[in-house]
Amino acid sequence: MSGHADSGKNYLNESHGIMSWLFTLDHKRIGIMYLIGVTTMFFMGGIFALLVRTELFTPGPTIMMHDTYNQMFTLHGAVMVFLVIIPSIPASLGNFFLPIMLGQKDVAFPKLNLASFHLWVVGAIFFLITLATGGLETGWTFYTPYSSTTTQSNVTSAVMGAFILGFSSIFTGLNFIVTVHKMRAPGMTWFKMPLFLWAIYGTAIIQVLATPVLGITLLMLIVETTMKIGIFDPKLGGDPVMFQHFFWFYSHPAVYIMILPAFGVISELFTTFSRKEVFGYKFIAVSSLAIAFLGFLVWGHHMFTSGQSKLASTIFSAITFTIAAPTAIKIFNWLTTMYKGDIRLNTPMWYALGFLELFGIGGLTGLFLSTMATDVHLHDTYFVVAHFHFVMVGSALFAFVGGIFYWWPKMFGVMYNDTLGKVGCFLAISGFNITFFPQFIAGTQGMPRRYFNYLPEFQIYHQISTVGAYMMLIAFLTIGYCLVSSLFSGKKAPMNPWGGATFEWQTPSPPPMHNFNYTPVHVGGPYDVHLYEYDEATGDWVKKPEPKKEETKEPVVAAK
Amino acid sequence: MFLAEAASGVVPGTGGGVWFPPQNSTIAKDVDWLFFYVYWLSVIFFFIVIGSAAYFVMKYRHRGPNSPKADHTFTHSTALELIWTIIPCTFLVPMFYWGFTGYMDLRTPPAGAYEIRVTGMKWQWLFTYPNGVVIDKLLVPKGQAVKLTMTSEDVLHCVFIPVFRVKQDVVPGRYTNLWFNATEAGEFNLFCAEYCGTKHSDMHTTVLVVAPEDFAKMLEELDNKRPTETEAEWGKAQFAKFGCGQCHSIDGKTGIGPTFKIDAEHGFGSTRKLIDGKDQVMDENYVHESILNPLAKVRAGFAPVMPPYQGRAKDKHIKAIIEYMKTLK
Amino acid sequence: MSQTAAAQGHGDDHGHGGPHAHDPHLQHHFDTMGQQFEAGKMGTWIFLATEVLFFSGLFCAYAVYRSNHPEIFVYAHHFLDKILGAINTCVLLFSSLTMAWGVRCAQLGQRNGLIVCLVLTILCAFGFMGIKFVEYSHKYHAGLLWGAKYNPDLDELRKASGTGHGDAHAPAAGHAKAADAHDAHAEGEHGHKVLTPAEEKEAAELRAAAPKNVNLFFSVYFCMTGLHGIHVVAGIILLTWLLVRAIKGEFGPGYFAPVDYVGLYWHIVDLVWIYLFPLLYLIH
Repeated sequence: MSGHADSGKNYLNESHGIMSWLFTLDHKRIGIMYLIGVTTMFFMGGIFALLVRTELFTPGPTIMMHDTYNQMFTLHGAVMVFLVIIPSIPASLGNFFLPIMLGQKDVAFPKLNLASFHLWVVGAIFFLITLATGGLETGWTFYTPYSSTTTQSNVTSAVMGAFILGFSSIFTGLNFIVTVHKMRAPGMTWFKMPLFLWAIYGTAIIQVLATPVLGITLLMLIVETTMKIGIFDPKLGGDPVMFQHFFWFYSHPAVYIMILPAFGVISELFTTFSRKEVFGYKFIAVSSLAIAFLGFLVWGHHMFTSGQSKLASTIFSAITFTIAAPTAIKIFNWLTTMYKGDIRLNTPMWYALGFLELFGIGGLTGLFLSTMATDVHLHDTYFVVAHFHFVMVGSALFAFVGGIFYWWPKMFGVMYNDTLGKVGCFLAISGFNITFFPQFIAGTQGMPRRYFNYLPEFQIYHQISTVGAYMMLIAFLTIGYCLVSSLFSGKKAPMNPWGGATFEWQTPSPPPMHNFNYTPVHVGGPYDVHLYEYDEATGDWVKKPEPKKEETKEPVVAAK
Repeated sequence: MFLAEAASGVVPGTGGGVWFPPQNSTIAKDVDWLFFYVYWLSVIFFFIVIGSAAYFVMKYRHRGPNSPKADHTFTHSTALELIWTIIPCTFLVPMFYWGFTGYMDLRTPPAGAYEIRVTGMKWQWLFTYPNGVVIDKLLVPKGQAVKLTMTSEDVLHCVFIPVFRVKQDVVPGRYTNLWFNATEAGEFNLFCAEYCGTKHSDMHTTVLVVAPEDFAKMLEELDNKRPTETEAEWGKAQFAKFGCGQCHSIDGKTGIGPTFKIDAEHGFGSTRKLIDGKDQVMDENYVHESILNPLAKVRAGFAPVMPPYQGRAKDKHIKAIIEYMKTLK
Repeated sequence: MSQTAAAQGHGDDHGHGGPHAHDPHLQHHFDTMGQQFEAGKMGTWIFLATEVLFFSGLFCAYAVYRSNHPEIFVYAHHFLDKILGAINTCVLLFSSLTMAWGVRCAQLGQRNGLIVCLVLTILCAFGFMGIKFVEYSHKYHAGLLWGAKYNPDLDELRKASGTGHGDAHAPAAGHAKAADAHDAHAEGEHGHKVLTPAEEKEAAELRAAAPKNVNLFFSVYFCMTGLHGIHVVAGIILLTWLLVRAIKGEFGPGYFAPVDYVGLYWHIVDLVWIYLFPLLYLIH
C-alpha cells in the first residue's frame, strides 16, 4: 500500500469547519450533505404520513379536521416526491460514487454541483416557508382549477419551491451526462462501466429532458394563480385538462428518475453478493435507456378518466405495455445472477432480495392500471396509492437504503452491526407490506383516495394499514440507530469489505480527497468479482495474484 | 354531516368477494374478469420469481470456506433473454387488447340511452332529469342504459360508482359523459373521486336503482312536496338537497357563507351591507336572486364563491326554502 | 486519454512550474484543456436543450389554443405592431452576428475586436428590450392585457375589426393621440379617454362582434415574450461579465471557451425569437 493510505487523511477530515463543507467543491462532501438533507426531509415527510395514517384509523375525525388532513396528505406527497425521492440516489450516492466509479477526481462541473445542492436547500426553504404561511392542500399534483383558485393555502410559495428544485435536478443531470461522456478512466469503455452508472446516466437524461417541462408548467401555474392569466381557467377560455398533460409529461418520466437509480443499485448488490458478474449485463444496460426513452411517451395513462380522447388513451396504454418488457428483463437477469452464485446474506443483500418481492408487486400492479378497462375502476382509489408506494417506497426508497448500507463502509470508513441492519430491514419490509397491501383491496372495493372521511366498511383496511405504518416508524428508527451508532462505535472498515470489483473498492475507506492515490486504469470485464478472495485476517477482499499465463498487458496500477 | 350518517341506505360490500363489491351493471362482470386475468397472471409470475429466488438462495448460499465458488462464466445468454421477453409479451398483448375493448365499451353509450344531466360543485351533486326535475340522488331505472352528461360549476370533480365499475372526471367549462346499465335494484354509493377541497370526502350521494315502472313516479315524488309536509318542512329538505348547509349554518356560526339564524343582521328579514357598501334587506326577492345569481349582490365580508343554481333550483324550490328560512329563529 | 500523465498521477504536486506546467485555466479534475473545453461545450449544448424544452411548453400551449380557437389568434394579431416586431428581429439577428464575430475575435486573440463586438451585442440587447418596453407600455395603456384585465380601448377595437385609422400602426403616434386625448378628455381607467355615447355604442358593438376570450391570445403573448425577455436580460448579464473579462485581456487562442458558450446561449435566445415573431405577429 502507498504511504497515502496510512496518513489517515481522507475527504472527511481533510479540512474542518462548516464553511469548508458548505462551500466545498468536492463531490463526496456534496453527496454527504445531500444525504443528510434528504434524510431530514424524509423524516419530516414521514411525520406527515404518520399523521395521515393516524387520522385514518377511524372513519370520522380522529385527531384532526378536513382542512388539516388535506394539508397533511398534500405536504407528505410534495415533500417526499420533490425533496426526497427525486434527488435521493442520484444526488447522494450518485454524486459520491459516479466520479469514483469512473476513476475520476470529480464531476465535470464541481461548482455547478455545489450550486445544485444550494438550489436544493433553497427549494427546501421555500417548502418550510410554505408550511409556516398557509401550507398546501391541493394534492401534490396541483390540478387546476383547484390549485389556481384556492385561497386556503400558499400554493405560490410551494410551487416556487418545486420550480427551484427542478433546476437542482437539471443541473445534476447535466453534470452527470457530461462526466460519463467525457471523463472515463483509461480502458473504461461504455460497456465496461458499472451498471449503477448506466442507471444514473439514463436517469440524468430524463432529468435534463423532462424537468424543464415541469419548470414551465409550474411557472404557468404561478402566473395563473397570481396574475389570473386565464390559461387554465375555463371562464377565460383556458383548459384545465391541459395542465394535466403538461404536469404528467414531466411526472411520468419523473417516476423513472426515481426507479432507474434503484435498479442500478440492485444490479450492484446482486453482483457483489452472488460473487459473480450480473447476468445479462448488456441487456440490463440497454434496458435502462429503453425505459428512459419509452417513459416519455406514456404520460396519458394517468388520464384515462380525465376526458381525454379514446384514441389518445389507447395509444398511451399500448406504449405503457411496452415498458413492461425491459423492466421484466431486469428482474429475470437478477434472478439468474444468483444461479450458481456464492450468495452472501449481508444486510445489503437482504434489501436486494426484498426488492424482488416489493418491486414484483409494485411492477405487476402497474399492469392493472395500464389496462384501460380496469383502470377506469381503479383510478383515484387506494389501489393506485398502494401501487405507487410499492414502487416509490418499497422499491426506490428501500433500494436507496440498501445502497446506503452497501456503501456506508466506503463513505465513512466504519462497519455497522450487520445483525441490527438485518433486523431493521426485516421490520421495514414487513411493516411496509402490512401498511400497503390492504390498500389494494380497499381500492378495488371502491375506497377513493385523498379522503378524510370514509364509510365504515373500509375501516378494517385502514386500521391494518395504520399498524403497519407504526411498524415502519420503528423500523426506520432502528435503521437510523444502526447506521448512526456505527459512526461512533463501528469497527474500522477495510478497503473492500464486500468483495466488489468496481473502482470504489480499490481506494481507501473513506477515500482521500482526490479519490485515488494514482489514476486507475480499467482492465478486464465490468465485474470481475471472481478475481477477489477474502482475507480472514483483515476482513478485506483482495485481488488474487494473477496466474502467469493469463491476460497480456496488466499495468501494475490496479488495486492492491 | 359525516359520511357515516349519510349512507344510511347502502348495503356495504355484500356478494362481491374479497376484492370487489357486487357486480351491479352489465359491464361489471367483464371488468372483473379482466382484473382477474391480470391478477392470476401476476400471481403466477410473482411466485415464479419469488420461488426461484428462495430456491437459489437456499441452494447457493455461502456456507463456509468449502462452499463451491460462483460460476463466473455463465453471465449471458441471448436465447434466455429472448425467451423471457417473448413469453410475457404473449400474455401482455391480449391484456392490452381486452383493456382496449372494455374501455371502448365503457366509453360508448348505446344509442337511445336515458340521459340525465349531472352537475358537480363543491361539495355536492345535483341531477337534472329530462322533465326538469332536480334531485340530489341519482335515481335510475333498472335494466336500461343510462347516460350521464356531466359538467362542473367550479373545479374538477369525478363521478365514481364502484358497483357499476364506472368513473369519469367532471370538468368545468365542458361536458363529459359516462353510461351504465344497472342490473340490480338497490341503493349504491356514488363518490367524488377527484380531489376538490375541504369536503371532497363528503361529496357523496347514492344511486337509487328502481324498477322501470316505479321510476317515473318516484322521480316526481322526490321533487315534490309530500301531501303531509308543510312548505317549510319541504323547504328544509330542499335546503339539504341543494347542499346549502355546506356553507350556511342555521345555528349562528359563520361559515364560508353567512348564517341564516335570524337576528338583527342575519337570516330572513334582516338588513346587511353588501360589498359595494349599499344596504340590503334579506327579503324574498333578494333570496330568489342570490340563489340563481349569487354574485349579483354579495354580502360584505364574504368571498364571491357561491355557485349559481340557475337551471337547477326552480321557483317552487326557492319558495319552499324561503318558508324554511323564515322558521330559523 | 493520455496514459503517461495519468499513470504518473499528480499526487500532491500543485506546482505550476516545471515540466508539468499546465494552463492556469485548467481545472484540476480535468486531464487536458481539450477535455475541459469539450466537456464545457457538451454541457452548454445540454443546457440549451433544456432551454428549448422549457420554451416548448409555451409553444405547445400556443399550438393547442390556436388550433382550438383560430378565430382568436386571427383577430388578435392585429393588435401587434408588425413593424416593431420586425425591427426587433433584425436587431437580434444583427446581435447574433456581432456575437459570432466576437467569438472569432476571441479565438484570434483580437482583444479590441472582441470588446467592440461584445459592446455592440449588448447595445442590441438593450435596443431589443427598449422596443419591448415601448410595445408593452402601449398595450398597458390600450388595455390589451391578459385574463380578466383584457379591456381594449376604442382605437384598438377599431384596429382589430379593420375600421382603424391609418396611423394606428405607429405607437408613437398612438401615444401622441393618447396624450392629446388626456388633454382633451377626462381620464378613465388606464388613461382611456372617456367616450361619447356614440363612441360607447360603437365600442359595445365592436366588442360584441369580436370572438370570445381574446384575452387568451394576450395571456399566451405575454407569457412567451415575457419569458423570452427575461432570457434576454440574463444574456445581458452574461455578456457584461464577458466584457469585463475581455477588457482584462483574459481571452485568447488558448482560452476562449466562455465566449464560445455564451455565444451559443445568445444564438438560442435569438432563435427562440425567430420562432416567436412569425407565430405571434405574422398570423394570417
